[in-house]
Amino acid sequence: MNKTPLNKSHIELGAKMVNFSNWEMPISYSSLIEEHNVVRNTAGIFDVSHMSVFDFDGFNQVAFFEKIFANDIKKIYKDNKAIYGALLNEKGGILDDLIIYHANNKFRLVSNCSTREQNKQWLEKYAVEFGVKVMERSDMGILAIQGPDALNKIMEIKEIDAQVNTLKSFGCMFEGDKLYARTGYTGEDGLELIVPTQDINHLWDQALELGCTPIGLGARDTLRLEAGLNLYGNDMTINNHPYESNLGWTIDMSDENREFIGKNALLSIDQSKSQKIVGIILQDKGVLRSGYEITHEQGKGVVLSGSYSPTLQSSIGLARVDQGYKENGKVMIRNKVLNIDFVSPRFLGQGKISS
Amino acid sequence: MSDIPGDLKFLSSHEWARVESDGTITIGISDHAQDLLGDIVFVELPEIGQSVDAENDTAIVESVKAASDIYSPLSGEVIEVNSLLEDQPEIINSSPYEDGWFYKLTPSDLGELDNLLSPEDYSEVCED
Repeated sequence: MNKTPLNKSHIELGAKMVNFSNWEMPISYSSLIEEHNVVRNTAGIFDVSHMSVFDFDGFNQVAFFEKIFANDIKKIYKDNKAIYGALLNEKGGILDDLIIYHANNKFRLVSNCSTREQNKQWLEKYAVEFGVKVMERSDMGILAIQGPDALNKIMEIKEIDAQVNTLKSFGCMFEGDKLYARTGYTGEDGLELIVPTQDINHLWDQALELGCTPIGLGARDTLRLEAGLNLYGNDMTINNHPYESNLGWTIDMSDENREFIGKNALLSIDQSKSQKIVGIILQDKGVLRSGYEITHEQGKGVVLSGSYSPTLQSSIGLARVDQGYKENGKVMIRNKVLNIDFVSPRFLGQGKISS
Repeated sequence: MSDIPGDLKFLSSHEWARVESDGTITIGISDHAQDLLGDIVFVELPEIGQSVDAENDTAIVESVKAASDIYSPLSGEVIEVNSLLEDQPEIINSSPYEDGWFYKLTPSDLGELDNLLSPEDYSEVCED
């Protein structure tokens, strides 16, 4: 099994380790709910070095990203900024969701762990046309420091450049080979540090000394779910197009001359009829889980991601449903029909919901 | 695993049974099981009056991460369920052998106790 450079630290901290796409990763160190709340209230640190990192070389990188990326790289390529979007196949199916960072005239791409080989081959296949070289950076690790106190903690770390403090949301900067970005997967403020593996233990140790709590992938999942952020493989796969995956906002067709992969397929989709991802809150006792069937007045659907929300203290989920839903619906849990509310997937902004 | 009460008998799937002084049986899950599950957020208990069979699923426990079936160590009729678990399922995490019990039953065949593991044998199962 693959191990991150922090594997030994996780085990010393008493983490429960699990196999995550053939990587031995910490699922939790103590209580998942406590870890979740730390990120909502102060600052937590995650080792997400299992994610895939790619760098690029060559002159036509902008044209290359314009071709392979469904969001428009022109939004960021003159700035020091990150952009989220999807890699689509010719049929408009989602190969992966990812972030492309641009700073100091360099691009860096971070995508999921389970799709590493697929993405590498896909990127390399199209890079040739543009004279671009794709460099897999398996020598990179990623730390995410997230929470309302995250930035303050990070600025106390000695070797972090003071400029990091000026980064705005989705802003990023390189310092040598280290990339610092104000991005994350929790719905909180914070940074992701995409740095050479040789530097990562020292940064991790300092962050822990400064009071950042180590957070496992278990809380990472409940945090992202509360923030309404999709998980590739759960909420969308190669068999889904962006419009039925809450990613319509990342499809940028404003430049009519831009021919990105999947564009023609997307143009043939009738968005008024396609299913949608919606947030659901269970109004009865129980826990929503992936695969549970949903009905509403005008159609049906299925739970994609479901869990217990430590913040809302009830069960929430993301579901893909037929259009025509109103406020309420039903979910089938172990042969019982229970009540759900349909809400925006951005659970966090809605405070405590009770009805 | 040094603190397993000596009067309990176990299934290898981590449920315990205790014979009470009045002859009824109390059933719950082990400390090891609650630790594996992590934060418990919901429990579905059997109905009072329901007949349960040994080694059949009779309850469901849901942690943040996943749902797990709970198997009955003994056969019998359910006479009481732990109503505290409805609003405070996390008691199972903090007190798996005492306050976090699941249900009580009148056993139909006490001979089934011989099929269960002693605390020592159960400890070995946990170490595997």
